[in-house]
Amino acid sequence: MDLTIFLASVLAAAPPVLFAVLGETITERAGVINLSLDGTILFSAMAGFAVALHTGSVIPGILAAMGVGALVAGIVALASLTLRLPQVATGFVLTLLTRDLAYVLGNPYVRVPGPQVPHTPIPILSEWPAVGKIFFDQDPLVYLSLAAIVLVWVFMFKTRPGLMLRGLGEQPTAAYVRGADVVRMRYLYTLLGGALVGLGGAAFSLLVAPGWARQKFEGIGWIALAIVIFGNWHPIRAALGAYFFVALQTVATNLQSAMPEVPTQVFPTLPFPLMILTLLLVTVSSAEWMNRLLGRLPPGLRRTLTRTIQMLQTVPPAGLGKVPKRE
Amino acid sequence: MTERSASRTQDRLLRLIGVVVALFLSALILLALGTSPLEAVALLFSGALGTPGDLAAVLTAWVPVLLCSAGLLLTYSAGLWNIGIEGQIVMGAIFATGMLRLVQDLLPPHLALVLGALSGIVGGMLWATLAGLLRLYGNVSEIFGGLGLNFVAGSLVVYLVTGPWSRPGTGTTSGTVPFPSSLWLPAFPGFAVSPIEIALALVALVLVGIALRGTYFGLRLKAIGKNLRSAYLLGVPVNRYLLAAFALCGALAGLAGWILVVGASARHNLFPLISSGYGFLAILVVLLANLNAIWVLPISFFFAAISMGSLELVYEKQLDSAVGSAIQGLLVLSVLLTQGLQRHFLEKRAGRERARPSAEEEIGS
Repeated sequence: MDLTIFLASVLAAAPPVLFAVLGETITERAGVINLSLDGTILFSAMAGFAVALHTGSVIPGILAAMGVGALVAGIVALASLTLRLPQVATGFVLTLLTRDLAYVLGNPYVRVPGPQVPHTPIPILSEWPAVGKIFFDQDPLVYLSLAAIVLVWVFMFKTRPGLMLRGLGEQPTAAYVRGADVVRMRYLYTLLGGALVGLGGAAFSLLVAPGWARQKFEGIGWIALAIVIFGNWHPIRAALGAYFFVALQTVATNLQSAMPEVPTQVFPTLPFPLMILTLLLVTVSSAEWMNRLLGRLPPGLRRTLTRTIQMLQTVPPAGLGKVPKRE
Repeated sequence: MTERSASRTQDRLLRLIGVVVALFLSALILLALGTSPLEAVALLFSGALGTPGDLAAVLTAWVPVLLCSAGLLLTYSAGLWNIGIEGQIVMGAIFATGMLRLVQDLLPPHLALVLGALSGIVGGMLWATLAGLLRLYGNVSEIFGGLGLNFVAGSLVVYLVTGPWSRPGTGTTSGTVPFPSSLWLPAFPGFAVSPIEIALALVALVLVGIALRGTYFGLRLKAIGKNLRSAYLLGVPVNRYLLAAFALCGALAGLAGWILVVGASARHNLFPLISSGYGFLAILVVLLANLNAIWVLPISFFFAAISMGSLELVYEKQLDSAVGSAIQGLLVLSVLLTQGLQRHFLEKRAGRERARPSAEEEIGS
């Protein structure tokens, strides 16, 4: 396949995963795990499509999807930050609940044709050979997703509030001592992250796979959560992970038509063993037996291997999932 | 009335409020879908308990949920989130089917059934142990490991059903060739749930309950769940216990998988989505029961009744089949949140009460 077309199609298919990954990266950087992604994406995709269908316009649909994402994230925040319930418990219950609500409430919209985000090449720039085709002959949500990567990175690493955000997840107690209202800030970033996840849902039902149907996007939220870990909670590395995943998906789709003897249901599951192996790759270095194994190797090999493993290794924010005791 | 029993009554009352809130929300959703909530309740009831056959269907769903809940009590006590339980059920069903296909023409049916059960147990155990090994020696959270393995198990079924184990002449996903009735668990006529199924599930729950309450094993498991590091420092062989919790939970899930193949009103074959979400439902049950084996009994029955009763609602009102599990999810979320709210206000009050005497002390000194 032509490389330009391939890259352009990867970029075009990436916004849902990308927005979800960026949103969850922000949330987890603030120290909160929103485990409900898999359901939230479905629920916001459904809501976004339904609202867009009723209003006849994609913008209210996108806003509704973001609202749904923020609402679910708000419940996660309330449960964990105010009521101090375990984040995994509420997150998992919400994963199932939002998925079921999406199916129940979305039943009237199954396979109904509806509006979708229009293709909008940017004049002049899109005429540019190769680069223009890849970056500027796309949909508004694709442009927005590219901008979001840069924006999140700049905010997180180049601004004072961004520094504070990282502090929330790394050392919440220190941030508190420094005068930050930790709980309120964590609420804010959880809601913001949730809204981005909702935007990802809208990008599914209004752009990448227009419309609503049962089990259309199931599983993708878990992949997004894994990509956040793979991305070491860094927006750019996470974005690269998301693109890598979408690229593999695109390859798999092409392979599927090239290999009709393999049952069609096998390809959509391939990401999951891959997810496990990737997580293994980025976390295994902290295992005790790995260190022992490395210790037995000849020094030259050991150094190269240690360096490779350290490069791959990812470490979660120290305060992730922890809610300090109220004073 | 002692203070303790008063707070326990209050606790139950709050749980009840949580249930009422959830029912109210469910009613709103039904209204939004154009269904009268009262009619829905009537349909739920008649669907779940209308005839002896309906009750048998509820019990049929109750058994796998109960088996999985029993297993999850072990992993949950140890602080593990065994989300891979769905895949463990599926693996149990795959292994059981494989064994039965192998021996059905060679051995007498009873022996074949027992071998099938053992094989199913091994299948579930293997899959759970894999998630455990990933967690313990690969640092891959059991949530992601388990979830990924769920999808792998699911696609393995699809591969088997459309490939090597497909019905002759067809390549559909409707399932393998059903087993002959000699390989079905026996049931009384007109009440299609086998006493063997129910007995196995109850025995499993009782054994787990005893293990957690009265044995060294259970005590240590709970110690790990409370604080893994301290348990380790106190000399508990943490890894071995965690793996045991995974393996035992997987074994019970695998047994549930076997029952889903050979149970009295099962489809008697292997088909995609055979686990029917019973594993996830059991996670909700255990969350709600809050580690109490006795509470698992009524809660899982109630949930099984909702699952089966909602089928009639779905059929009559043309709703999506997720209605039942949406109601279950709302119930669990509401109860969790009300419990959290209660604790929140209790802590606040305790904080105020603690603040007052200390202020007096300051004045006194």
